[in-house]
Amino acid sequence: MKVSIEINGRPVAEEVEDRTLLVHFVRENAGLTGTNIGCDTTSCGACTVLLDGESVKSCTVLAAQADGHKVTTVEGLSGKDGDLHPVQRAFREQHGLQCGFCTPGMMMASVSLLEHNPQPTREEVRAGLEGNLCRCTGYHNIVSAVIDASGQEVDR
Amino acid sequence: MTTTPMGYGSMHRKEDARFLRGRGNYVDDIALPGMLHGAVLRSPFAHARIVSVDTSAAEAHPKVRAVITGETLAGLDLAWMPTLSHDVQAVLATDKVRFQGQEVAFVVAEDRYSARDALELIDVDYEALPPVVDARRALEPDAPVIRDDVEGRTDNHIFDWETGDKQATDDVFARADVVAVQDMLYPRVHPAPMETCGAVADMDPVTGKLTVYTTTQAPHAHRTIYALVAGLPEHKIRVVSPDIGGGFGNKVGIYPGYVCAVVGSIVTGKPVKWVEDRSENLMSTSFARDYHMRGELASTKDGKLLGIRVKVLADHGAFNGTAQPTKFPAGFFGVFTGSYDIEAAHCEVTGVYTNKAPGGVAYACSFRITEAVYLVERMMDVLAFDLDLDPAELRMKNLLRPEQFPYESKTGWEYDSGDYPRALRKALELVHYDELRAEQAKRREAGGENLLGIGVSFFTEAVGAGPRKHMDILGLGMADGAELRVHPTGKAVLRLSCQTQGQGHETTFAQIVAEELGISPDDIDVVHGDTDQTPFGLGTYGSRSTPVSGAATAVVARRVRDRAKIVASAMLEVSPDDLEWEKGRWFVKGDPEAGKSIQDIAMAAHSSLELPEGVEGHLDASCVYNPPNLTYPFGAYVCVVDVDAGTGQVRVRDFVAVDDCGVRINPMIVEGQVHGGLADGVGMALMQVMAFDEDGNHLGGSFMDYLLPTSMECPSWRLGETVTPSPHHPIGAKGVGESATVGSPAAVVNAVLDALKPYGVRHADMPLTPAAVWSALHGSPLRTDLAIT
Repeated sequence: MKVSIEINGRPVAEEVEDRTLLVHFVRENAGLTGTNIGCDTTSCGACTVLLDGESVKSCTVLAAQADGHKVTTVEGLSGKDGDLHPVQRAFREQHGLQCGFCTPGMMMASVSLLEHNPQPTREEVRAGLEGNLCRCTGYHNIVSAVIDASGQEVDR
Repeated sequence: MTTTPMGYGSMHRKEDARFLRGRGNYVDDIALPGMLHGAVLRSPFAHARIVSVDTSAAEAHPKVRAVITGETLAGLDLAWMPTLSHDVQAVLATDKVRFQGQEVAFVVAEDRYSARDALELIDVDYEALPPVVDARRALEPDAPVIRDDVEGRTDNHIFDWETGDKQATDDVFARADVVAVQDMLYPRVHPAPMETCGAVADMDPVTGKLTVYTTTQAPHAHRTIYALVAGLPEHKIRVVSPDIGGGFGNKVGIYPGYVCAVVGSIVTGKPVKWVEDRSENLMSTSFARDYHMRGELASTKDGKLLGIRVKVLADHGAFNGTAQPTKFPAGFFGVFTGSYDIEAAHCEVTGVYTNKAPGGVAYACSFRITEAVYLVERMMDVLAFDLDLDPAELRMKNLLRPEQFPYESKTGWEYDSGDYPRALRKALELVHYDELRAEQAKRREAGGENLLGIGVSFFTEAVGAGPRKHMDILGLGMADGAELRVHPTGKAVLRLSCQTQGQGHETTFAQIVAEELGISPDDIDVVHGDTDQTPFGLGTYGSRSTPVSGAATAVVARRVRDRAKIVASAMLEVSPDDLEWEKGRWFVKGDPEAGKSIQDIAMAAHSSLELPEGVEGHLDASCVYNPPNLTYPFGAYVCVVDVDAGTGQVRVRDFVAVDDCGVRINPMIVEGQVHGGLADGVGMALMQVMAFDEDGNHLGGSFMDYLLPTSMECPSWRLGETVTPSPHHPIGAKGVGESATVGSPAAVVNAVLDALKPYGVRHADMPLTPAAVWSALHGSPLRTDLAIT
């Protein structure tokens, strides 16, 4: 079927099989490879993107379901001049990434989290990111990064 | 912290710029013109004879380009490949399958969906055989023989290995007041990097050159092995390890999928991508641990250790694919004497085959040191339990003293440096140990179901393999190369044989050069992972990058500095002996104004400046570093848990980790490494296990069952440090990447069992899930590696 999705403000219209997962559409049809695949059971969240502003695991959405909707991926976070989004800046400042594989999904989940709760506590950040696995950081610096991005003092 | 230091110190990572923008380049991001996609058909049985494989329906699929079976590979002499343990492993099964999830056929199709579709069209006729699941039964006379591919083999025995002095150990045990004995299992777990394994193989039919983009921690070793396996000339093989989404030892060896992708590319003349999914990763790639251990400690009645004796049964799965230096079939388990001053030690390890995936050494184990540390640290708590002593006090009483270093252990390891009591005191202070014990006493007195547990672990690591004389992998000595070129304008490129998987090498190795030469890290490009572009070496695992490649980097930078001195002397028209170095410049002794910066010198080195006879221009240098010894970082960890006796639920309330890895190149990165390893410890101690049922079905084959810690299970780690440099390392730095994974599981387990002490629980095996804790509280600790016990 023909699927048309506005990804990071740009319409991407492609003929795909009905069964095509959104994550494959984003990576292979739109060529945006920042969004990653870390599992096959909707557990890891490496594929998290925003669908009409809400974070979803794009491995568990069909591209067809996103037809006519807006998707934001990590590539859509930074400004036109390459300026980092506050969440991106904070992940760097707080060393919230190592291998970088969970990072795009983790940041998209964080953007969504801060949208819903602009001044979260560390515990609220942990609860909000429970759907995103990271194998490198032990989460500590990720939590700090989200606190930092929210404009609050980071109490490590 | 935002400024870039001219050398060591916390600085933000250079590599973050691309990862934050989704511009990393991982294997599955690679798309080449005409690229095809491969998928592997896997065995549903743990042990079965293959009667027939019918691929005709798959071959008829309109999008399928090739179907490769064991028979296809046998025709190319590629059905079996050598492992890192001098065994062989089936690439695609020919005679029979030996573990569930084993590779049976490989489909190459136009897209990944079609490749998966075609797997369903392959008809394999299996004749089920009884499997060997429980390692403890592998050597029974009537156990089915798994490896009947080896002529004359009549059992499942792989190796026996021993270390230490048996007689001396038996003697101290004979005169000990107390002997504490405990059986324990370090269950089979899996490193589970977020990115699974994969490869894009591209055989150029015109030039005959094979390029393999692949998730490898050791690209150069892979190139050599491909050359040996496939019979291709090594200069016609280029292995590229792009950005790797975590390795943790999972990506050291060569997997059948890589070989299939290569064969697929040769057969089709097109690039072939193979990327496994998560269940494939968990079921078929390198597991970790699976050591059944009996520990024995001999001591006086007041807790002075006399000796340690250990027996291990090692479950290696169906093929011995364990990654370790040739002379070390049980890795560096020989450091099981830990951080303690003892008189004698002895250990025997027996390896056996079972119907499970191969592996063993992975997941930040530093070649089995996770097992060694877990054993001795658990045994210390068992002894403390028996003697009713405080576990921290018992450790303090027995720790090696600073003046004993360099210390030759009773199993022959020469610990380089350490100040153990200081680190332990620091950890106990940070965690407020005495107050916690008081709180615990109060709670115990009050009764109730809210239990407090405090667990201590003190570990000595041994990382930086290693001295070439003793250590090789498949005959390749464990040295590492480095090449440094300073460009005319004073910028530099450093080429390394190690391969980061997130550990920050692009930043920290630039910092080493910056410290040595005074060139900003921002002006130094670190190149790694491409065998056509970098010097030979053995890669990154075993926390060996800083010990070996870090040393090589300092040495090349110093060689450049020496050459810069000669160039500067020609520029300044003075004797080199009259020059003195300060970071970034050579100047005339006694006349600090008369000097030349490294940037000026770099330009002059490439100019028409006349240099002394025999001195080449260009500020370039190379080095192959053959380490004289390992480095021995250490640490003191304390974990505090709350345990709900009603449900068995454990919550890690606090975790203090004091690590000493000698000189810290980038403290921010070291802390991140430690955080990640501590999460591993919580995961292994409380959640992770790859269990099997009696038919050999893998019960941990997805993230639904194989549980990894989330942000909710991890506390806010609290770190401390001491600095005891390695005397033999050029910059005094020790490895650290695996320390926390090695040291933390025992701290968590000791904490949980400390909470359970009033219930008389002396030991229970990992993972201490709520069910396991509840069972232990009710008098029957579970065996967790098998669904049947």
